[in-house]
Amino acid sequence: MAMTSEEMSNDPVAVETLPPTLRLRNISKVFGATKALDNVSLDVLPGEVHGLLGTNGSGKSTLIKVLAGYHSPEPGGTLEFNSDNVKLPLRPEDFRRLGMSFVHQDLGLVPSLTVLENLRIAEIALAKGGLINWKHEKAAAKTILERYDVNIEIWRRVDELSAVNRALLAIVRAFEDVRRRSEETGKPGLVLLDEPTPFLPRESVNQLFDLVRRIAEQGSSAIFISHDIDEVMEFTDKVTVLRDGRVSGQAETKTATHDDMVELIIGRRLEKTTTTKTASTAKRTVLAKFSDISSKTVKARPFEIGKGEIIGMTGLIGSGYEQLPYLMFGAQRADAGTVQIEGQSPIVLSGLTPKAALEHQFALLPGDRLEKSGVGSISIFENMLLPGITDYSARGFLNNAAMKKEARRLGAQFEVRPNNPEAPLGSLSGGNAQKVLIAKWMKRNPKLLLLDEPTQGVDVGTRDNIFKALRAAAQQGMSIVCASSDAEQLEAVCDRVLIFARGRIIDELTGARLTKDEIMQACYGSLSKLTETDRSQEVIES
Amino acid sequence: MTKSTETAGATTSYLRIFERFALIVVWALLILFFSVLMPSSFFNWGNFAILFASYAPAALLALAIIVPLTAGDYDLAVGATLTLSSCLVGVLNVWMGLPIVLCIVIALSAGAAVGLFHALFIIYFRIPSLVVTLGTTSLMTGIVQWMTNSSTIGGIDNSLIMAVVGGRIFGIPYSFYYAIAAVLVLWYVFEFTPLGRRLLFVGRGREVARLNGVSVDKMRVGALVSSGVIASAAGVLYAGTLGSADPYSGLNYLLPAFAAAFLGSTTILPGRFNALGTLVAVYFLGTGITGLTMLGIPLWVTNVFNGGALIAAVTISQLTRGREATDIG
Repeated sequence: MAMTSEEMSNDPVAVETLPPTLRLRNISKVFGATKALDNVSLDVLPGEVHGLLGTNGSGKSTLIKVLAGYHSPEPGGTLEFNSDNVKLPLRPEDFRRLGMSFVHQDLGLVPSLTVLENLRIAEIALAKGGLINWKHEKAAAKTILERYDVNIEIWRRVDELSAVNRALLAIVRAFEDVRRRSEETGKPGLVLLDEPTPFLPRESVNQLFDLVRRIAEQGSSAIFISHDIDEVMEFTDKVTVLRDGRVSGQAETKTATHDDMVELIIGRRLEKTTTTKTASTAKRTVLAKFSDISSKTVKARPFEIGKGEIIGMTGLIGSGYEQLPYLMFGAQRADAGTVQIEGQSPIVLSGLTPKAALEHQFALLPGDRLEKSGVGSISIFENMLLPGITDYSARGFLNNAAMKKEARRLGAQFEVRPNNPEAPLGSLSGGNAQKVLIAKWMKRNPKLLLLDEPTQGVDVGTRDNIFKALRAAAQQGMSIVCASSDAEQLEAVCDRVLIFARGRIIDELTGARLTKDEIMQACYGSLSKLTETDRSQEVIES
Repeated sequence: MTKSTETAGATTSYLRIFERFALIVVWALLILFFSVLMPSSFFNWGNFAILFASYAPAALLALAIIVPLTAGDYDLAVGATLTLSSCLVGVLNVWMGLPIVLCIVIALSAGAAVGLFHALFIIYFRIPSLVVTLGTTSLMTGIVQWMTNSSTIGGIDNSLIMAVVGGRIFGIPYSFYYAIAAVLVLWYVFEFTPLGRRLLFVGRGREVARLNGVSVDKMRVGALVSSGVIASAAGVLYAGTLGSADPYSGLNYLLPAFAAAFLGSTTILPGRFNALGTLVAVYFLGTGITGLTMLGIPLWVTNVFNGGALIAAVTISQLTRGREATDIG
């Protein structure tokens, strides 16, 4: 049963016997005009596994960064650790001294070193007299792994381990740090697990949960941060939900339902939707049919793209939607799958190169603007006209003047400011650089434009311009795929949105259902839907 | 745009123009300096004619370096390639009696083969170019020593010598004009062909180039092979200049050539490796070394000068690039 934040502000500790390991009161953090955290209060009891749920931008990461000593909270909040009042803001080294440890999504392991070296990195670095006693280190590492009943060879290099063993190793290391600290202080510690699961297969996740549960029974607590309601429901004791920087509710996990959680995360109850409508692409001619795209983490059922249609692709982190534009362009090699363009014979995706994709008049605008999309140290006009540069070569000479003129014209059309084609691309603001890169592809007039987070780091005004340009291009018959985690953006530009979970398309929204709320609900509702059909299948496959 | 930014913009553009020609100004000052010290021996056309001709192989070597450097790969082996090629000409022509034209063709093909060998390890096996070309430098030096019994081979066909230094235009031996021709060809390719632009993108952003349809691997292979061929041509020119094949002195050109490649990227087209800038830089460094030698400064100073010039050149070129990225915005 979920409680609202008003109900929970009654002192929850009164009913408990043990003092909480972590007690936060009224933590706030303001960035400019936005309140990233707004009076957040939270208790974590010894031995408790505490879930922290919320969407992107709900304040989860800000809260973690306050605890890691990375952000200074606003004055007025308090933090107690095992009943000791700790001075805020925390300094970056404080968490270790208190007995806290973090496991981030990247796990923080050194891939080229062995398991042993990763486990004992601090001791090895601080070895007395500069000599490492390998015999001792070996025994110590073995003891640690045995203590947590984790079976990993200590001489293996971390990059040779499976994904789940890497995650287990990172968690063991974090708990071991905390355990040793609490041996010294005699007080329990706390491990914060910041979304360590999204790239793991299902059974592996259970292995990880077992480990955390076993360790928690010995007295240390854990905070488990996640997007994934099902995972949180499965193995936490208590859950706190953040929404827009506020605690929107707390609940005992046993008594809460999936729908309660969705309501707390999104702010309204998931309505029982009637049968999923499949979109009618009948009225459009089909441009391309992508069949059975698959990679390590994606297994998408066939889908079609109509001429002049804008299709959104979204899902939670790790659901695979963000890989689709790259797989469809041949930028990332697919394991299998085909694309059939305008009824011609199908092309095998595993053999598709970006060059060939461009010849089929596909275009890709990656999300990583200055790493994959354009080169910051090269001028705007050269970046803008690179794909069709041979058009500017006449009688063996490249006409630089004509290129600059064309770039200036495009710059004016797409409102690039300042419109100086000779300036390096990196001198523009994020939004203006994106306009240049969109202009680049619009000029080529591709049949299919693939976008990954096209408005990330782009100001609001530019965002609207980009939306307008996309809509106008679609009206002229260009088909567009837009992979994005921004539901508002998808609602604004898309004709149809495909929802992904664990690499599969699990829902398709069109017409009246294509709203920001429905998209978010579909993302969160998704995993339970998958349970009924694909999940059993998934276990068999893996 | 407001008035104040316009003025600022104008000041920046004056600075830019100054930057483009700064090295030429410094070069002129250097010439002035030595000329004041040695008015008769340094400041006469004959001296400059010899300077221009004797640094022609170095100029070619520097051009050989900027091609893969633009594509993002180092070729440290150009010095050894030069030596290999000049010694191949010597061994094949003098000891084995092959006609000189055939010797040149074989030397140039050997350069291409060296480039392909580099490409195999750099691109196919993904070994850093610095490591591969450092290794092949020693490898080729060893082969050259075996091939020549570590001796200088004199008596190369006179027609090669005639073609390289047998005649003069404006008092400067032909060899200089071969270097000029190579500069013009590379300038044209870099500045006026789509190929040159693609090469630039390959070097600055491999992934960007790939996603814009550029065949990144082919471009890199091409750049490494060109580098080998140009370095071999430098070796042929070197053999023609000396009239003999010397298994040792070729490597002396490596450092000044690298310094010139980086120093050249600070001038004419600042921020980009460019052929004209490289040529200016080669002769700037050549002037410095010639002047110092004529002043009677001991030989070790040359090494200090070359090494110092390389570090200074890379630092200046780095600063030029860094400014490009942060300066505006």
